[in-house]
Amino acid sequence: MRADIKSAANEIYKLPPRLFDARCKACWFALGVVLLIVLSFWSLDLQWAKFLSSGAFRKMGIFLAELTHLEGNPRFIEKLLTAALETLAMSVVGTLLAVVLGLALALPASRTYDGDPARWRGLSRLVLNALRSVPELIWATLLLIAAGLGPFAGTLALGLHTAGVLGRLFAEAIENAAPGPGQALRVRGVKESRIFLYATLPQVLPQLLSYTLYRWENNIRAAAVLGVVGAGGLGQMLAFHMGLFQMGETGSILLAMLVLVALVDALSFASRRWMSV
Amino acid sequence: MASLAALWPLLVLTEFKPWLLWEPGALKPALRFVADFVPPKVDGEFLALVARETWRTVAIATAGLTLALLLAIPLALLSVRVLSVSSLTGRMAPIPAVVRQLVRWLMIVLRSVPELIWALVFVRVVGLGPTAGVLAIALSFAGMLGKVYAEILESDDTHPAASLLRNGSGRLQTFLYALLPQSAAELTSYTLYRWECAIRSSAVLGFVGAGGLGQMMDASMKMFNGSEVATMLLVFMGLVWVADRISGGLRKWLA
Repeated sequence: MRADIKSAANEIYKLPPRLFDARCKACWFALGVVLLIVLSFWSLDLQWAKFLSSGAFRKMGIFLAELTHLEGNPRFIEKLLTAALETLAMSVVGTLLAVVLGLALALPASRTYDGDPARWRGLSRLVLNALRSVPELIWATLLLIAAGLGPFAGTLALGLHTAGVLGRLFAEAIENAAPGPGQALRVRGVKESRIFLYATLPQVLPQLLSYTLYRWENNIRAAAVLGVVGAGGLGQMLAFHMGLFQMGETGSILLAMLVLVALVDALSFASRRWMSV
Repeated sequence: MASLAALWPLLVLTEFKPWLLWEPGALKPALRFVADFVPPKVDGEFLALVARETWRTVAIATAGLTLALLLAIPLALLSVRVLSVSSLTGRMAPIPAVVRQLVRWLMIVLRSVPELIWALVFVRVVGLGPTAGVLAIALSFAGMLGKVYAEILESDDTHPAASLLRNGSGRLQTFLYALLPQSAAELTSYTLYRWECAIRSSAVLGFVGAGGLGQMMDASMKMFNGSEVATMLLVFMGLVWVADRISGGLRKWLA
């Protein structure tokens, strides 16, 4: 604005903007970013010498070469398939748990009409945020103490984290549903639980379903790696064989993980395309 | 009934036995561990240690993301179709088409291996410590950033780029003068969002020995030290919240 007023009289002498001026927010932002990056690299004792040395490259080469000698004996493949199924099952059960828990928390967390007291809104939102901000892997390590090694801990971990994510999305969907149908029932004295079932739920159901499917897709990836801390599925097998330096087996497991994720991706891509046509 | 029958094998596969949680053998140590959470450990020396590890978590995320950017920008530029000179006059020539497809595949491989697996691999090669975490974040985020950058650049108006290319400017010049000005804000905003994700994943990577808050939390958890775990969980939640606020605020300012 001010530049326009100044330049109105003699535009020819307008100077280019100065390279740095104290009011330039973008300059401060860029300066902050550069400072953060420099401090990060400076404060971490990164072992570039070790990583870029010929020894490390040789080690890496041997490592990769060993990974490509895939283990293909039928007994191992059978175990691998079981673990892959276990991973899939973990993701399904975990997501279902999350839907139940998420919905149970989303209902008190949403204000459905003007003047709704929604007494538990703050508390249930706090719980949802807490569930969501702890990653699955940390939940899994915490739950291992109670549930022991194995897929059960992983399933619960997926369920808890996803409940936080889905609960928030569900609450948002419920709050954004059109209030008209609910209000029509409310003025006739219908109970809140019935209003939800007959007015709100039919409106938001497609959205809830699509959120759930999207999270399930995410959870398959998460379930595959969760096992690394001992929570079952392909990850647990990977950690086990990698710990024993059985690289052939490790390679096969990695391949199985990639195939599983790629299959799910392809499936979801196809189903989205099919639904949008 | 039918859905229950379908669910049954899944429940068996996941060893879904909630009642085991209430067995005294499982319940007692778990309760003791959780009871230990209150009060969280807050003595000065420990807090200083936590603060150092928290900074390392942020530093690993930032350094990793910087390296990822250094990788992702050339990959994105190599794979963007808009910058192809041969496709101005019809079909793209075979060699550039193959190169672009190869770069795309490389990015798919980089991002479809989860960070945690990359970290496990690098811990083997460079040993325990932050180097493995930085490298893991660099590789997997390079794949993601490269793909999304290419998508953002291709979703722009392609007319300015085509005119510059037709008039004989180089590909880099075209990128700088036609593509970048249109989408700089969107690119920065996506990068900020990814920085936030990198902080979360750098904390998790610690659990396989890649340094930072996660590694410390793993150690305390293995010693069943509930009060230490409680402090670190709170610090972690705070860190995620702060990162979320910073990146959210900056993104709003950019938009």
